[in-house]
Amino acid sequence: MLLLALDTSTSAITVALHDGSTVLAEASTIDPRAHGERLAPGIRAVLDEASAAPGDLTHIVCGLGPGPFTGLRVGIVTARVLALATGASLHGLCSLDALAAAVDAATAGEVLVATDARRKEVYWARYAVSAGSVVALSAPAVARPADLPEGVRALPALGRGPLLYPEFFPAPHGPLDVRAGVLAELAVSRLGAGDALADREPLYLRRPDATPHVVAKSALG
Amino acid sequence: MTTPDQPLVLGIETSCDETGVGIVRGQTLLVDTIASSVQEHARFGGVVPEVASRAHLEAMVPTIERACRDAGVRLTDIDAVAVTAGPGLAGALLVGVAAAKALALGLGRPIYGVNHLAAHVAVDVLEHGPLPEPTMALLVSGGHSSLLLVPDVTADIRPLGATIDDAAGEAFDKVARVLGLPFPGGPHIDRVAREGDRLAIDFPRGLTTGRDLERYRFDFSFSGLKTAVSRWVQVRQAAGETVHVADVAASFQEAVVDVLTRKAIAACRDQGVDDLLIGGGVAANSRLRALAQRRCDAAGIRLRVPRPGLCTDNGAMVAALGAQVVARGGAPSALDLPADSSMPVTAVRA
Ligand SMILES: [Zn+2]
Repeated sequence: MLLLALDTSTSAITVALHDGSTVLAEASTIDPRAHGERLAPGIRAVLDEASAAPGDLTHIVCGLGPGPFTGLRVGIVTARVLALATGASLHGLCSLDALAAAVDAATAGEVLVATDARRKEVYWARYAVSAGSVVALSAPAVARPADLPEGVRALPALGRGPLLYPEFFPAPHGPLDVRAGVLAELAVSRLGAGDALADREPLYLRRPDATPHVVAKSALG
Repeated sequence: MTTPDQPLVLGIETSCDETGVGIVRGQTLLVDTIASSVQEHARFGGVVPEVASRAHLEAMVPTIERACRDAGVRLTDIDAVAVTAGPGLAGALLVGVAAAKALALGLGRPIYGVNHLAAHVAVDVLEHGPLPEPTMALLVSGGHSSLLLVPDVTADIRPLGATIDDAAGEAFDKVARVLGLPFPGGPHIDRVAREGDRLAIDFPRGLTTGRDLERYRFDFSFSGLKTAVSRWVQVRQAAGETVHVADVAASFQEAVVDVLTRKAIAACRDQGVDDLLIGGGVAANSRLRALAQRRCDAAGIRLRVPRPGLCTDNGAMVAALGAQVVARGGAPSALDLPADSSMPVTAVRA
Protein backbone atom coordinates (compact mmCIF):
# COMPACT_ATOMS: atom_id res chain seq x y z
CA MET A 1 0.00 0.00 0.00
CA LEU A 2 1.14 3.52 -0.80
CA LEU A 3 -1.48 5.96 0.41
CA LEU A 4 -1.43 9.70 -0.24
CA ALA A 5 -3.50 11.78 2.17
CA LEU A 6 -4.21 15.45 1.61
CA ASP A 7 -6.38 18.12 3.16
CA THR A 8 -7.09 21.75 2.29
CA SER A 9 -10.10 22.38 4.53
CA THR A 10 -8.24 24.45 7.13
CA SER A 11 -5.43 26.99 6.96
CA ALA A 12 -2.98 24.16 6.35
CA ILE A 13 -2.01 22.77 2.99
CA THR A 14 -1.08 19.33 4.24
CA VAL A 15 0.06 16.16 2.49
CA ALA A 16 1.33 12.79 3.75
CA LEU A 17 2.39 9.41 2.41
CA HIS A 18 1.61 6.22 4.33
CA ASP A 19 2.72 2.70 3.47
CA GLY A 20 0.09 0.89 5.55
CA SER A 21 2.17 0.71 8.68
CA THR A 22 3.69 4.14 9.08
CA VAL A 23 3.79 7.70 7.78
CA LEU A 24 6.68 7.85 5.31
CA ALA A 25 6.65 11.59 4.70
CA GLU A 26 4.57 14.59 5.60
CA ALA A 27 4.56 18.21 4.43
CA SER A 28 2.41 21.04 5.76
CA THR A 29 2.31 24.75 5.04
CA ILE A 30 0.10 27.17 6.91
CA ASP A 31 -1.27 29.74 4.48
CA PRO A 32 -5.03 30.21 4.12
CA ARG A 33 -4.60 31.92 0.75
CA ALA A 34 -2.12 29.61 -0.96
CA HIS A 35 -3.86 26.24 -1.25
CA GLY A 36 -3.79 26.44 -5.03
CA GLU A 37 -0.10 27.21 -5.13
CA ARG A 38 1.28 25.00 -2.36
CA LEU A 39 -0.61 21.71 -2.72
CA ALA A 40 0.97 20.24 -5.84
CA PRO A 41 4.55 21.09 -4.77
CA GLY A 42 3.73 19.49 -1.39
CA ILE A 43 2.67 16.27 -3.10
CA ARG A 44 5.81 16.32 -5.22
CA ALA A 45 7.89 16.86 -2.07
CA VAL A 46 6.49 13.89 -0.12
CA LEU A 47 6.81 11.62 -3.13
CA ASP A 48 10.43 12.68 -3.58
CA GLU A 49 11.14 12.27 0.11
CA ALA A 50 9.87 8.69 -0.03
CA SER A 51 11.58 8.08 -3.40
CA ALA A 52 8.19 7.20 -4.85
CA ALA A 53 6.59 7.98 -8.21
CA PRO A 54 2.96 9.08 -8.68
CA GLY A 55 2.32 5.77 -10.43
CA ASP A 56 3.24 3.92 -7.23
CA LEU A 57 0.22 5.34 -5.39
CA THR A 58 -2.45 2.78 -4.54
CA HIS A 59 -4.82 4.97 -2.51
CA ILE A 60 -5.60 8.69 -2.42
CA VAL A 61 -7.48 10.01 0.60
CA CYS A 62 -8.89 13.51 0.66
CA GLY A 63 -10.32 15.56 3.50
CA LEU A 64 -13.81 16.53 2.30
CA GLY A 65 -14.24 19.47 4.64
CA PRO A 66 -16.24 21.20 5.84
CA GLY A 67 -14.03 24.18 5.14
CA PRO A 68 -13.87 27.46 3.21
CA PHE A 69 -15.00 26.51 -0.29
CA THR A 70 -12.22 27.81 -2.49
CA GLY A 71 -9.41 26.10 -0.64
CA LEU A 72 -11.45 22.96 -0.04
CA ARG A 73 -12.09 22.50 -3.76
CA VAL A 74 -8.36 22.67 -4.53
CA GLY A 75 -7.78 19.55 -2.44
CA ILE A 76 -10.77 17.64 -3.74
CA VAL A 77 -10.19 18.33 -7.43
CA THR A 78 -6.51 17.50 -6.96
CA ALA A 79 -7.35 14.16 -5.33
CA ARG A 80 -9.92 13.30 -7.98
CA VAL A 81 -7.71 14.12 -10.96
CA LEU A 82 -4.62 12.54 -9.41
CA ALA A 83 -6.61 9.35 -8.88
CA LEU A 84 -7.72 9.48 -12.51
CA ALA A 85 -4.16 10.02 -13.74
CA THR A 86 -2.53 7.37 -11.57
CA GLY A 87 -5.24 4.73 -11.28
CA ALA A 88 -5.08 4.89 -7.47
CA SER A 89 -8.37 4.36 -5.63
CA LEU A 90 -10.04 7.52 -4.36
CA HIS A 91 -11.39 7.91 -0.82
CA GLY A 92 -12.78 10.70 1.29
CA LEU A 93 -13.09 11.52 4.97
CA CYS A 94 -14.68 14.29 6.97
CA SER A 95 -11.83 16.65 7.80
CA LEU A 96 -13.20 17.25 11.31
CA ASP A 97 -12.62 13.54 12.02
CA ALA A 98 -8.93 14.05 11.29
CA LEU A 99 -8.78 16.93 13.75
CA ALA A 100 -10.51 14.86 16.43
CA ALA A 101 -8.04 12.05 15.78
CA ALA A 102 -5.18 14.44 16.49
CA VAL A 103 -6.15 14.77 20.13
CA ASP A 104 -3.26 13.75 22.41
CA ALA A 105 -3.16 10.18 23.68
CA ALA A 106 -3.78 11.21 27.29
CA THR A 107 -7.18 12.67 26.46
CA ALA A 108 -10.15 10.34 26.40
CA GLY A 109 -13.83 11.14 26.40
CA GLU A 110 -15.82 13.74 24.55
CA VAL A 111 -14.22 16.52 22.50
CA LEU A 112 -15.46 19.28 20.27
CA VAL A 113 -13.94 20.14 16.91
CA ALA A 114 -14.68 23.74 15.87
CA THR A 115 -12.96 25.17 12.80
CA ASP A 116 -13.13 28.56 11.10
CA ALA A 117 -16.17 28.80 8.82
CA ARG A 118 -15.64 32.56 8.30
CA ARG A 119 -18.62 34.93 8.56
CA LYS A 120 -18.45 34.65 12.34
CA GLU A 121 -19.40 30.98 12.25
CA VAL A 122 -17.67 27.66 12.96
CA TYR A 123 -17.86 24.23 11.42
CA TRP A 124 -18.28 21.83 14.29
CA ALA A 125 -18.94 18.27 15.43
CA ARG A 126 -18.74 16.33 18.69
CA TYR A 127 -16.58 13.24 19.06
CA ALA A 128 -15.93 10.45 21.54
CA VAL A 129 -12.21 9.74 21.51
CA SER A 130 -10.24 6.98 23.17
CA ALA A 131 -6.95 5.30 22.41
CA GLY A 132 -7.07 4.38 18.74
CA SER A 133 -10.71 5.31 18.20
CA VAL A 134 -12.62 8.37 17.05
CA VAL A 135 -16.39 8.22 16.89
CA ALA A 136 -18.50 11.13 15.67
CA LEU A 137 -21.37 11.89 18.03
CA SER A 138 -22.90 14.51 15.74
CA ALA A 139 -22.94 15.27 12.03
CA PRO A 140 -20.74 18.17 10.91
CA ALA A 141 -22.64 21.44 11.07
CA VAL A 142 -22.11 25.17 10.69
CA ALA A 143 -23.25 27.65 13.34
CA ARG A 144 -22.45 30.80 15.24
CA PRO A 145 -20.42 29.92 18.34
CA ALA A 146 -23.14 31.35 20.57
CA ASP A 147 -25.64 28.92 19.07
CA LEU A 148 -23.78 25.78 20.17
CA PRO A 149 -25.21 24.20 23.35
CA GLU A 150 -23.31 25.44 26.38
CA GLY A 151 -22.30 21.92 27.40
CA VAL A 152 -20.78 21.38 23.97
CA ARG A 153 -18.89 24.66 24.01
CA ALA A 154 -17.29 23.69 27.33
CA LEU A 155 -15.73 20.49 25.90
CA PRO A 156 -12.02 20.32 25.10
CA ALA A 157 -12.08 22.04 21.72
CA LEU A 158 -9.79 21.49 18.73
CA GLY A 159 -9.41 23.69 15.67
CA ARG A 160 -9.26 27.45 15.14
CA GLY A 161 -12.72 28.07 16.61
CA PRO A 162 -11.39 28.39 20.18
CA LEU A 163 -8.57 30.65 18.96
CA LEU A 164 -10.99 32.97 17.14
CA TYR A 165 -13.79 32.92 19.71
CA PRO A 166 -12.14 32.33 23.11
CA GLU A 167 -15.13 33.87 24.87
CA PHE A 168 -17.29 30.95 23.73
CA PHE A 169 -14.82 28.06 23.99
CA PRO A 170 -13.22 27.99 27.44
CA ALA A 171 -11.22 24.78 26.91
CA PRO A 172 -8.98 25.14 23.84
CA HIS A 173 -7.11 21.95 23.16
CA GLY A 174 -4.73 20.56 20.64
CA PRO A 175 -4.01 21.30 17.00
CA LEU A 176 -5.50 24.21 15.08
CA ASP A 177 -5.38 22.71 11.62
CA VAL A 178 -5.67 19.29 9.99
CA ARG A 179 -2.45 17.29 9.64
CA ALA A 180 -2.38 14.88 6.73
CA GLY A 181 -0.29 12.39 8.70
CA VAL A 182 -3.20 12.00 11.12
CA LEU A 183 -5.66 11.83 8.24
CA ALA A 184 -3.55 9.07 6.68
CA GLU A 185 -3.41 7.08 9.94
CA LEU A 186 -7.16 7.37 10.36
CA ALA A 187 -7.80 6.33 6.75
CA VAL A 188 -5.48 3.32 6.98
CA SER A 189 -7.17 2.18 10.16
CA ARG A 190 -10.68 2.61 8.75
CA LEU A 191 -9.81 0.96 5.44
CA GLY A 192 -8.30 -1.91 7.44
CA ALA A 193 -11.55 -2.20 9.36
CA GLY A 194 -13.45 -2.62 6.12
CA ASP A 195 -14.80 0.91 5.71
CA ALA A 196 -14.50 1.80 2.01
CA LEU A 197 -14.39 5.58 2.72
CA ALA A 198 -16.47 5.92 -0.42
CA ASP A 199 -17.62 9.53 0.05
CA ARG A 200 -16.09 11.92 -2.46
CA GLU A 201 -18.35 14.95 -2.30
CA PRO A 202 -17.32 18.19 -0.61
CA LEU A 203 -19.03 19.00 2.69
CA TYR A 204 -20.08 22.57 1.86
CA LEU A 205 -22.86 22.77 4.47
CA ARG A 206 -23.92 26.09 2.96
CA ARG A 207 -25.72 27.01 -0.22
CA PRO A 208 -23.92 29.23 -2.73
CA ASP A 209 -24.25 32.86 -1.81
CA ALA A 210 -26.08 33.77 -4.99
CA THR A 211 -27.16 37.37 -5.03
CA PRO A 212 -24.33 39.66 -3.98
CA HIS A 213 -21.65 38.59 -6.42
CA VAL A 214 -23.55 38.22 -9.67
CA VAL A 215 -21.40 39.19 -12.62
CA ALA A 216 -22.27 39.52 -16.27
CA LYS A 217 -22.69 36.34 -18.28
CA SER A 218 -19.41 35.09 -19.62
CA ALA A 219 -17.96 37.81 -17.46
CA LEU A 220 -14.63 36.97 -18.87
CA GLY A 221 -15.93 35.01 -21.82
CA MET B 1 -2.16 17.05 -40.98
CA THR B 2 -1.53 15.14 -37.81
CA THR B 3 1.71 13.32 -37.35
CA PRO B 4 2.70 11.33 -34.28
CA ASP B 5 5.77 13.47 -33.60
CA GLN B 6 3.66 16.55 -32.96
CA PRO B 7 2.88 17.02 -29.28
CA LEU B 8 -0.44 15.79 -27.93
CA VAL B 9 -1.66 18.57 -25.63
CA LEU B 10 -4.66 18.55 -23.32
CA GLY B 11 -6.05 21.98 -22.42
CA ILE B 12 -8.26 22.86 -19.46
CA GLU B 13 -10.38 26.03 -19.32
CA THR B 14 -12.44 27.09 -16.27
CA SER B 15 -12.27 30.89 -16.26
CA CYS B 16 -16.04 31.41 -16.19
CA ASP B 17 -18.99 29.03 -16.41
CA GLU B 18 -17.80 26.46 -18.95
CA THR B 19 -15.66 23.51 -17.96
CA GLY B 20 -13.70 22.99 -21.16
CA VAL B 21 -11.31 20.18 -21.99
CA GLY B 22 -9.74 20.10 -25.45
CA ILE B 23 -7.11 17.86 -26.96
CA VAL B 24 -4.97 18.83 -29.95
CA ARG B 25 -2.09 17.21 -31.76
CA GLY B 26 0.08 20.03 -33.07
CA GLN B 27 -2.38 22.30 -34.84
CA THR B 28 -5.02 19.62 -35.32
CA LEU B 29 -8.09 19.58 -33.12
CA LEU B 30 -8.96 16.11 -31.86
CA VAL B 31 -11.73 16.97 -29.44
CA ASP B 32 -13.34 19.94 -27.75
CA THR B 33 -15.48 18.89 -24.80
CA ILE B 34 -17.58 21.35 -22.81
CA ALA B 35 -19.71 21.06 -19.71
CA SER B 36 -21.59 24.29 -19.12
CA SER B 37 -23.29 25.47 -15.95
CA VAL B 38 -25.06 28.27 -17.85
CA GLN B 39 -28.52 26.91 -17.03
CA GLU B 40 -27.77 27.02 -13.32
CA HIS B 41 -26.98 30.73 -13.63
CA ALA B 42 -29.90 31.69 -15.87
CA ARG B 43 -32.32 32.34 -13.03
CA PHE B 44 -29.85 34.81 -11.50
CA GLY B 45 -29.40 36.71 -14.78
CA GLY B 46 -25.64 36.38 -14.57
CA VAL B 47 -22.89 33.99 -13.61
CA VAL B 48 -22.73 33.30 -9.88
CA PRO B 49 -19.07 32.59 -9.13
CA GLU B 50 -19.68 30.05 -6.36
CA VAL B 51 -22.19 28.14 -8.48
CA ALA B 52 -19.68 28.08 -11.34
CA SER B 53 -16.87 26.86 -9.09
CA ARG B 54 -18.97 24.03 -7.68
CA ALA B 55 -19.98 23.00 -11.18
CA HIS B 56 -16.33 22.97 -12.34
CA LEU B 57 -15.41 20.62 -9.51
CA GLU B 58 -18.21 18.20 -10.37
CA ALA B 59 -17.61 18.35 -14.12
CA MET B 60 -13.82 18.12 -14.15
CA VAL B 61 -13.15 14.38 -14.07
CA PRO B 62 -16.14 13.39 -16.27
CA THR B 63 -15.16 16.04 -18.84
CA ILE B 64 -11.53 14.87 -18.98
CA GLU B 65 -12.72 11.28 -19.34
CA ARG B 66 -15.19 12.15 -22.08
CA ALA B 67 -12.59 14.17 -24.00
CA CYS B 68 -10.13 11.26 -23.96
CA ARG B 69 -12.81 8.77 -24.96
CA ASP B 70 -14.09 10.92 -27.83
CA ALA B 71 -10.55 11.64 -29.08
CA GLY B 72 -9.57 7.99 -28.83
CA VAL B 73 -6.51 8.76 -26.72
CA ARG B 74 -5.40 7.46 -23.34
CA LEU B 75 -4.43 9.95 -20.68
CA THR B 76 -0.96 8.44 -20.65
CA ASP B 77 -0.56 9.46 -24.31
CA ILE B 78 -0.75 13.15 -23.38
CA ASP B 79 2.58 14.95 -23.82
CA ALA B 80 1.73 18.19 -22.04
CA VAL B 81 -1.06 19.83 -20.07
CA ALA B 82 -2.12 23.44 -20.68
CA VAL B 83 -4.47 25.44 -18.49
CA THR B 84 -6.00 28.89 -18.30
CA ALA B 85 -4.10 30.63 -15.50
CA GLY B 86 -6.11 33.87 -15.92
CA PRO B 87 -7.81 36.22 -16.29
CA GLY B 88 -11.17 35.04 -14.99
CA LEU B 89 -13.18 34.31 -11.87
CA ALA B 90 -10.66 33.52 -9.14
CA GLY B 91 -12.43 30.52 -7.61
CA ALA B 92 -13.32 29.07 -10.98
CA LEU B 93 -9.76 29.42 -12.34
CA LEU B 94 -8.41 27.73 -9.25
CA VAL B 95 -10.33 24.51 -9.90
CA GLY B 96 -8.90 24.23 -13.41
CA VAL B 97 -5.36 25.12 -12.38
CA ALA B 98 -5.42 22.58 -9.52
CA ALA B 99 -6.81 19.92 -11.85
CA ALA B 100 -4.16 20.63 -14.47
CA LYS B 101 -1.40 20.43 -11.88
CA ALA B 102 -2.71 17.10 -10.59
CA LEU B 103 -2.89 15.77 -14.13
CA ALA B 104 0.61 16.96 -15.01
CA LEU B 105 2.03 15.67 -11.74
CA GLY B 106 0.22 12.34 -11.97
CA LEU B 107 1.30 11.75 -15.57
CA GLY B 108 4.80 13.15 -15.13
CA ARG B 109 4.26 15.72 -17.89
CA PRO B 110 4.97 19.45 -18.10
CA ILE B 111 2.26 22.02 -17.36
CA TYR B 112 1.79 25.29 -19.23
CA GLY B 113 -0.27 28.00 -17.57
CA VAL B 114 -1.51 30.34 -20.29
CA ASN B 115 -3.49 33.53 -20.74
CA HIS B 116 -7.15 33.14 -21.60
CA LEU B 117 -7.14 36.06 -24.02
CA ALA B 118 -4.10 34.81 -25.89
CA ALA B 119 -5.85 31.44 -26.16
CA HIS B 120 -8.85 33.14 -27.84
CA VAL B 121 -6.40 34.28 -30.53
CA ALA B 122 -4.37 31.07 -30.74
CA VAL B 123 -7.41 28.86 -31.27
CA ASP B 124 -7.78 29.99 -34.86
CA VAL B 125 -4.76 27.95 -35.97
CA LEU B 126 -6.95 24.89 -35.48
CA GLU B 127 -9.28 26.16 -38.16
CA HIS B 128 -7.29 28.45 -40.45
CA GLY B 129 -3.68 27.39 -40.00
CA PRO B 130 -0.65 29.29 -38.71
CA LEU B 131 -1.23 32.90 -37.65
CA PRO B 132 0.37 35.61 -39.77
CA GLU B 133 2.87 37.56 -37.71
CA PRO B 134 1.80 40.11 -36.81
CA THR B 135 -1.96 39.63 -36.64
CA MET B 136 -4.43 42.23 -35.38
CA ALA B 137 -6.90 40.67 -32.93
CA LEU B 138 -10.27 42.03 -31.90
CA LEU B 139 -11.41 40.12 -28.81
CA VAL B 140 -15.01 40.66 -27.82
CA SER B 141 -16.91 38.86 -25.12
CA GLY B 142 -18.87 39.37 -21.95
CA GLY B 143 -15.72 40.27 -20.06
CA HIS B 144 -13.51 42.13 -22.48
CA SER B 145 -13.41 44.14 -25.67
CA SER B 146 -9.82 44.57 -26.74
CA LEU B 147 -7.76 45.40 -29.77
CA LEU B 148 -4.45 43.58 -29.65
CA LEU B 149 -1.44 43.68 -31.89
CA VAL B 150 -0.07 40.13 -31.89
CA PRO B 151 3.47 39.76 -33.23
CA ASP B 152 3.74 36.31 -31.58
CA VAL B 153 0.80 34.72 -29.80
CA THR B 154 3.09 32.59 -27.64
CA ALA B 155 5.20 35.45 -26.34
CA ASP B 156 4.34 38.95 -27.49
CA ILE B 157 0.90 40.58 -27.33
CA ARG B 158 0.52 44.36 -27.28
CA PRO B 159 -2.77 45.93 -26.23
CA LEU B 160 -3.77 48.87 -28.41
CA GLY B 161 -7.15 49.55 -26.89
CA ALA B 162 -9.87 48.15 -24.65
CA THR B 163 -13.27 48.99 -23.28
CA ILE B 164 -13.23 51.79 -20.75
CA ASP B 165 -16.48 50.59 -19.14
CA ASP B 166 -18.74 47.69 -20.13
CA ALA B 167 -17.56 44.88 -22.35
CA ALA B 168 -19.48 44.39 -25.59
CA GLY B 169 -21.02 41.11 -24.43
CA GLU B 170 -22.09 42.71 -21.17
CA ALA B 171 -23.98 45.36 -23.15
CA PHE B 172 -25.73 42.58 -25.09
CA ASP B 173 -26.82 40.95 -21.83
CA LYS B 174 -28.06 44.18 -20.29
CA VAL B 175 -29.96 45.27 -23.39
CA ALA B 176 -31.47 41.79 -23.67
CA ARG B 177 -32.79 42.21 -20.14
CA VAL B 178 -34.30 45.59 -21.04
CA LEU B 179 -35.99 43.98 -24.04
CA GLY B 180 -37.28 41.03 -22.02
CA LEU B 181 -35.07 38.53 -23.85
CA PRO B 182 -33.60 35.53 -22.02
CA PHE B 183 -30.11 35.18 -20.58
CA PRO B 184 -27.50 34.96 -22.00
CA GLY B 185 -28.48 37.86 -24.23
CA GLY B 186 -26.07 37.67 -27.18
CA PRO B 187 -27.64 34.86 -29.19
CA HIS B 188 -31.17 36.16 -28.55
CA ILE B 189 -30.39 39.69 -29.73
CA ASP B 190 -28.70 38.27 -32.81
CA ARG B 191 -31.77 36.15 -33.59
CA VAL B 192 -34.38 38.85 -32.94
CA ALA B 193 -32.34 41.49 -34.79
CA ARG B 194 -32.64 39.56 -38.04
CA GLU B 195 -36.31 40.56 -38.19
CA GLY B 196 -35.58 44.19 -37.39
CA ASP B 197 -34.40 47.35 -39.15
CA ARG B 198 -30.87 48.18 -38.07
CA LEU B 199 -31.27 51.76 -39.29
CA ALA B 200 -34.50 52.31 -37.36
CA ILE B 201 -32.87 54.07 -34.41
CA ASP B 202 -29.62 55.99 -34.46
CA PHE B 203 -28.05 54.87 -31.19
CA PRO B 204 -24.78 56.51 -30.07
CA ARG B 205 -21.40 55.18 -31.17
CA GLY B 206 -19.10 55.58 -28.15
CA LEU B 207 -15.65 57.19 -28.50
CA THR B 208 -15.92 57.77 -32.24
CA THR B 209 -15.90 61.53 -32.56
CA GLY B 210 -13.79 64.60 -31.87
CA ARG B 211 -11.66 64.65 -28.73
CA ASP B 212 -12.81 61.16 -27.72
CA LEU B 213 -11.47 59.76 -30.94
CA GLU B 214 -8.12 61.43 -30.33
CA ARG B 215 -7.81 60.34 -26.75
CA TYR B 216 -9.43 56.92 -27.04
CA ARG B 217 -8.53 56.06 -30.59
CA PHE B 218 -8.69 52.27 -30.23
CA ASP B 219 -10.74 52.08 -27.03
CA PHE B 220 -14.41 51.22 -26.69
CA SER B 221 -17.29 52.34 -24.51
CA PHE B 222 -20.65 50.59 -24.42
CA SER B 223 -22.08 51.91 -21.18
CA GLY B 224 -23.59 55.02 -22.77
CA LEU B 225 -25.13 52.93 -25.53
CA LYS B 226 -26.73 50.58 -23.04
CA THR B 227 -28.17 53.54 -21.14
CA ALA B 228 -29.41 55.13 -24.36
CA VAL B 229 -31.24 51.93 -25.33
CA SER B 230 -32.85 51.61 -21.95
CA ARG B 231 -33.92 55.25 -21.90
CA TRP B 232 -35.30 54.99 -25.43
CA VAL B 233 -37.41 52.00 -24.41
CA GLN B 234 -38.58 53.63 -21.17
CA VAL B 235 -39.71 56.80 -22.94
CA ARG B 236 -41.74 54.82 -25.50
CA GLN B 237 -43.28 52.61 -22.84
CA ALA B 238 -44.18 55.61 -20.67
CA ALA B 239 -45.90 57.19 -23.67
CA GLY B 240 -47.86 53.98 -24.20
CA GLU B 241 -46.22 53.34 -27.56
CA THR B 242 -45.45 49.87 -28.86
CA VAL B 243 -41.75 49.08 -28.71
CA HIS B 244 -40.61 47.11 -31.73
CA VAL B 245 -38.15 44.82 -30.03
CA ALA B 246 -36.63 43.63 -33.31
CA ASP B 247 -35.84 47.19 -34.43
CA VAL B 248 -34.31 48.11 -31.08
CA ALA B 249 -32.23 44.92 -31.04
CA ALA B 250 -31.07 45.42 -34.62
CA SER B 251 -30.21 49.10 -34.11
CA PHE B 252 -28.39 48.41 -30.85
CA GLN B 253 -26.44 45.56 -32.42
CA GLU B 254 -25.53 47.74 -35.38
CA ALA B 255 -24.15 50.43 -33.07
CA VAL B 256 -21.92 47.85 -31.37
CA VAL B 257 -20.60 46.11 -34.46
CA ASP B 258 -20.16 49.37 -36.35
CA VAL B 259 -17.76 50.70 -33.72
CA LEU B 260 -15.96 47.37 -33.28
CA THR B 261 -15.27 46.88 -36.97
CA ARG B 262 -14.48 50.52 -37.67
CA LYS B 263 -11.84 50.67 -34.95
CA ALA B 264 -10.41 47.25 -35.78
CA ILE B 265 -9.83 48.27 -39.38
CA ALA B 266 -8.41 51.62 -38.34
CA ALA B 267 -5.96 49.76 -36.08
CA CYS B 268 -4.92 47.47 -38.95
CA ARG B 269 -4.28 50.51 -41.17
CA ASP B 270 -2.46 52.37 -38.43
CA GLN B 271 -0.13 49.47 -37.71
CA GLY B 272 0.23 48.33 -41.32
CA VAL B 273 -1.25 44.92 -40.52
CA ASP B 274 -3.08 43.01 -43.26
CA ASP B 275 -4.70 40.28 -41.14
CA LEU B 276 -7.54 40.75 -38.68
CA LEU B 277 -8.74 38.01 -36.35
CA ILE B 278 -11.95 38.30 -34.36
CA GLY B 279 -12.39 36.07 -31.31
CA GLY B 280 -14.35 35.77 -28.08
CA GLY B 281 -18.01 34.95 -27.54
CA VAL B 282 -19.35 38.03 -29.36
CA ALA B 283 -17.48 36.90 -32.49
CA ALA B 284 -20.30 34.36 -32.84
CA ASN B 285 -22.61 37.29 -33.67
CA SER B 286 -23.74 36.97 -37.28
CA ARG B 287 -23.95 40.71 -37.97
CA LEU B 288 -20.45 41.29 -36.61
CA ARG B 289 -19.12 38.58 -38.90
CA ALA B 290 -20.94 39.95 -41.94
CA LEU B 291 -20.01 43.60 -41.44
CA ALA B 292 -16.40 42.75 -40.60
CA GLN B 293 -16.15 40.72 -43.78
CA ARG B 294 -17.55 43.52 -45.91
CA ARG B 295 -15.31 46.17 -44.42
CA CYS B 296 -12.20 43.98 -44.54
CA ASP B 297 -12.87 43.18 -48.18
CA ALA B 298 -13.16 46.89 -48.94
CA ALA B 299 -9.94 47.64 -47.05
CA GLY B 300 -7.92 44.77 -48.52
CA ILE B 301 -7.57 43.09 -45.13
CA ARG B 302 -7.79 39.32 -44.70
CA LEU B 303 -10.33 38.37 -42.03
CA ARG B 304 -10.14 35.28 -39.81
CA VAL B 305 -12.97 34.32 -37.50
CA PRO B 306 -13.04 30.90 -35.88
CA ARG B 307 -16.33 29.02 -36.09
CA PRO B 308 -18.72 30.02 -33.28
CA GLY B 309 -17.97 26.94 -31.16
CA LEU B 310 -14.31 27.95 -31.00
CA CYS B 311 -15.10 31.63 -30.28
CA THR B 312 -16.83 30.98 -26.97
CA ASP B 313 -14.76 29.68 -24.06
CA ASN B 314 -13.45 26.17 -24.61
CA GLY B 315 -10.59 23.85 -23.76
CA ALA B 316 -9.37 23.50 -27.35
CA MET B 317 -8.17 27.10 -27.40
CA VAL B 318 -6.03 26.47 -24.33
CA ALA B 319 -4.64 23.28 -25.83
CA ALA B 320 -3.98 25.11 -29.10
CA LEU B 321 -1.97 27.83 -27.37
CA GLY B 322 -0.17 25.24 -25.24
CA ALA B 323 0.79 23.30 -28.35
CA GLN B 324 2.18 26.44 -29.99
CA VAL B 325 4.20 27.25 -26.87
CA VAL B 326 5.56 23.68 -26.85
CA ALA B 327 6.37 23.87 -30.56
CA ARG B 328 8.39 27.04 -29.98
CA GLY B 329 10.29 25.49 -27.11
CA GLY B 330 8.65 27.61 -24.41
CA ALA B 331 9.51 26.78 -20.82
CA PRO B 332 6.84 25.00 -18.77
CA SER B 333 5.29 26.64 -15.72
CA ALA B 334 6.27 25.66 -12.18
CA LEU B 335 4.01 23.50 -10.03
CA ASP B 336 3.36 26.47 -7.75
CA LEU B 337 1.81 28.34 -10.67
CA PRO B 338 -0.92 30.63 -9.28
CA ALA B 339 -4.33 31.33 -10.76
CA ASP B 340 -4.35 35.05 -11.54
CA SER B 341 -7.82 36.51 -11.89
CA SER B 342 -6.48 39.77 -13.32
CA MET B 343 -3.65 38.38 -15.45
CA PRO B 344 -2.68 41.08 -17.96
CA VAL B 345 -2.85 40.23 -21.64
CA THR B 346 0.82 41.12 -21.99
CA ALA B 347 1.62 38.02 -19.91
CA VAL B 348 0.93 35.22 -22.35
CA ARG B 349 2.30 32.54 -20.05
CA ALA B 350 2.24 32.15 -16.29
ZN1 LIG C 1 -13.23 34.13 -23.08
